[in-house]
Amino acid sequence: MVRLPYLTALTTLFSYGLLFGYAPICLGLEDFYTRRLYLRIQDCFGRPIASAPDAWFDVVERYSNDNNKTLHRTENISKCLNLGSYNYLGFAASDEYCTPRVVESLKRYSSSTCSVRVDGGTTKLHIELEELVARFVGKPASLVFGMGYVTNSAIIPVIMGKGGLIISDSLNHNSIVNGARGSGATVRVFQHNSRPVSLGGGAEEQIANGQPRTHRPWKKIIVIVEGIYSMEGELCKLPEIIAVCKKYKAYTYLDEAHSIGAVGKSGRGVCELLGVDTADVDIMMGTFTKSFGSCGGYIAASKEIIQYLKFTCPAHLYATSMSAPAVQQAISSMKVILGEDGSNRGAQKLTRIRENSNFFRSELQKMGFEVLGDNDSPVMPIMLYNPAKIPAFSRECLRQNVAVVTVAFPATPLLLARARICISASHTREDLIKGLEVISKVGDLVGIKYFPVEPEKKQPDRYTKKLE
Amino acid sequence: MASAVMNATTVALDWLSSSFDAPLARAVIFGVHVDGHLVVEVLLIVVILFLLSRKSYKHPKKPLTEKEIDELCEDWVPEPLHPPITEEMLSEPPTLESAAGTHTMIDGKEVVNFACANYLGLIGHEKLINSCASSLEKYGVGSCGPRGFYGTIDVHLDCEERISKFLGTSDSVLYSYGISTIFSVIPAFCKKGDIIVADEGVHWGVQNGLYLSRSTVVYFKHNDMASLESTLERITKGNKRAERLRRYIVVEAVYQNSGQVAPLDVIVKLKERYHFRVILDESNSFGVLGSSGRGLSEHCGVPINKIDIITSGLGGALATDGGFCTGSVRVVDHQRLSSSGYVFSASLPPYLASAAISAIDHLEENPSLLGQLRENISLLRRELEDVPGLTVSSSPLSPMVFLTLKRSTGSPKADQQLLEDITNRALKEDGVFIVTSKRSTLDRCRLPIGIRLFVSAGHTHGDILKASASLKRVAAAALSEPI
Repeated sequence: MVRLPYLTALTTLFSYGLLFGYAPICLGLEDFYTRRLYLRIQDCFGRPIASAPDAWFDVVERYSNDNNKTLHRTENISKCLNLGSYNYLGFAASDEYCTPRVVESLKRYSSSTCSVRVDGGTTKLHIELEELVARFVGKPASLVFGMGYVTNSAIIPVIMGKGGLIISDSLNHNSIVNGARGSGATVRVFQHNSRPVSLGGGAEEQIANGQPRTHRPWKKIIVIVEGIYSMEGELCKLPEIIAVCKKYKAYTYLDEAHSIGAVGKSGRGVCELLGVDTADVDIMMGTFTKSFGSCGGYIAASKEIIQYLKFTCPAHLYATSMSAPAVQQAISSMKVILGEDGSNRGAQKLTRIRENSNFFRSELQKMGFEVLGDNDSPVMPIMLYNPAKIPAFSRECLRQNVAVVTVAFPATPLLLARARICISASHTREDLIKGLEVISKVGDLVGIKYFPVEPEKKQPDRYTKKLE
Repeated sequence: MASAVMNATTVALDWLSSSFDAPLARAVIFGVHVDGHLVVEVLLIVVILFLLSRKSYKHPKKPLTEKEIDELCEDWVPEPLHPPITEEMLSEPPTLESAAGTHTMIDGKEVVNFACANYLGLIGHEKLINSCASSLEKYGVGSCGPRGFYGTIDVHLDCEERISKFLGTSDSVLYSYGISTIFSVIPAFCKKGDIIVADEGVHWGVQNGLYLSRSTVVYFKHNDMASLESTLERITKGNKRAERLRRYIVVEAVYQNSGQVAPLDVIVKLKERYHFRVILDESNSFGVLGSSGRGLSEHCGVPINKIDIITSGLGGALATDGGFCTGSVRVVDHQRLSSSGYVFSASLPPYLASAAISAIDHLEENPSLLGQLRENISLLRRELEDVPGLTVSSSPLSPMVFLTLKRSTGSPKADQQLLEDITNRALKEDGVFIVTSKRSTLDRCRLPIGIRLFVSAGHTHGDILKASASLKRVAAAALSEPI
């Protein structure tokens, strides 16, 4: 038995106290998922590429010495079929109309203005892009920002404040959730599938009851939906939502990040596809990243709303303005889609992406995969469910030179892991057939053909006999 | 009469007392005589149990009927989405017709540009343009995907390595937009219940990040170290729980709203005494302060690993767009999965990442740019000492020279009008492009607004003299006119 003098005991305890001065920066609970699942399959995510994200691109090979905890780049690259990038109309790589103009604007305006829009960051290109976007989308005026995420996070707090009600879809994107939380308004989430019904029932009660606890009437109500949901590939039921909003005098906010340029006969998005008048949607938001091969976001609304946003939106007052070559890329690609460049490449691209998506989706369904999403949508998730199948599918496809994107928790619910395919207008029919072959082979290996198609029974030829 | 009542009462009482004691049913249950009083006691117990089992009285809730709900819905009138448009909301900023360098074209005229944060004069520089052009030919414009899904291009990884090598940290994370950097980093590390001590003059990006993190935020007086110390003392004193929480101090190196410079050595001493972590935003000091441009830590002689998290936008000295965050390996790795602006957003366009790499290369090869910038700043401050009605209120180190009114007119709106009048006249009459600081209605910062001049290493002496002369003339004219 050790007898410790009191002073020694006290000083020892004191020195331990010094060691534990700081609380740990990442709590044990928070990174449980990271340590146990994500780190083991880290090579399936964040794969670096060494070329433009076109239909075929170069994926950099990586190796790991410590069981995927750290990954190192090698010099080797492998050319793979790109089924993961958001390149709906094929503007990601050099384009014969866009790239010369982009390089010219780079030489004229340099890569950045280093200034916010209200100071010295507005150039002629920005004004031109805003007018073009307003014309393309079908609204009186528009405003552009340098990043799509910031567009949502900074606009929603300006429009809604304390005392307002935001009714948002349960599958909305993180930027919308952030913007809604940052606004201080009350947020009510409605279930994705049962939208029109629960919206109608829920909205009535909300208006009648008023704000929680004080029961004062709401200042305003806004419903936020997306055109195409990127994890489901589904379109939103826009006509029903507009009808409900009109009945209850709520405002509508439509986020068309994935649908602008990719759906609709002339690429004008979900409103054109579903036959909704753009004047019925109060605020339309979109990004240039997906279909236009550029970066940034826009808001299109009435002249007064845009004027008010220019006066007070923090992203307009405090954030660097959009880079000039990116603006020029958006302008040129929009002109190609509208046909104003003098050729019909835009119309060709639009028909190609529609045909490609419908072909790919029907073939996958015929093979027995469980594919989500509506017709005409270029996003198609293939369900995997089991967490072990995620790395199996991803690595096996990469070995056969097809690059796919696999998504798991927390971007999707825990049970519903999936592989998400994004079709592009620059995919040719041969590319798609090769992709289908590889996916079918890997699907058999991994075991994700959940709906095996039964061979058709031969019908007796009764009717042909009658005609004879 | 009274005696008759008395008699009747006595008789009744006698009868009552005898009935209590009389054996009632001439029965013996369990060896207990069933007497009269037992009946009363049993009745009382039954009544007590009955009362206890009933719920307490509540006002009966009548749910609204269908008709009432419909009437309320019809009567309800929502506010419009925007307030009425006033005169000041209609003003448009000037449109540039050429690159935003030290001289630029507005409305066909060439003007001297003090409105762009082009601190090292790299806008329009040949090396940057060439590297951007070759990137554009190779990679196209956008990266078409978030970092996790084939949006990581090798230039991003090269840029992150370059930045961490330049600063001397272990790794860094590249973000696609300057303002989203800070409001994604703060919620990634600070959750509900954590304690954050922030300067009251931080810009909107930081305020938004603090709000989204749902932590307890305590503000201290702008750039006042005594106030910071007393706040830290107040929070940690006697608060046992505070020891298990994560604690942060959030400051900017050069404040965008006032041009003050934070005394980093004092902050680091305080943080070590009270066990806080420091988050430092170096948007206006990266590539400007320090003998080789490595920022405030180099300038104050603080080793960089003492600062836990450093963020910065690339839209200042490096003449590109985007942002980065750097720190220890643990800090950086955590952000790759839980920082929302990194995970849920498309990555930086590759040509901007290659522009950042060439800018850092150029800065390392030519450290004389920093000396040039410092000379320009001190020359401009000397010249602006005697501007009528305005005083220079930013720090001598800040590349953003901030002028405030010596005497306010009384209302913030009128102040704003006066300052905008001055800047408009300077642009129209003398061809000098300067700007006032504008505040959004969502901004909670209450520091005074003023006129901002962004000094660049590319400005010549002539430019600076022209700007100061114009400002003196215009300020005198504007202030002498009655408002």
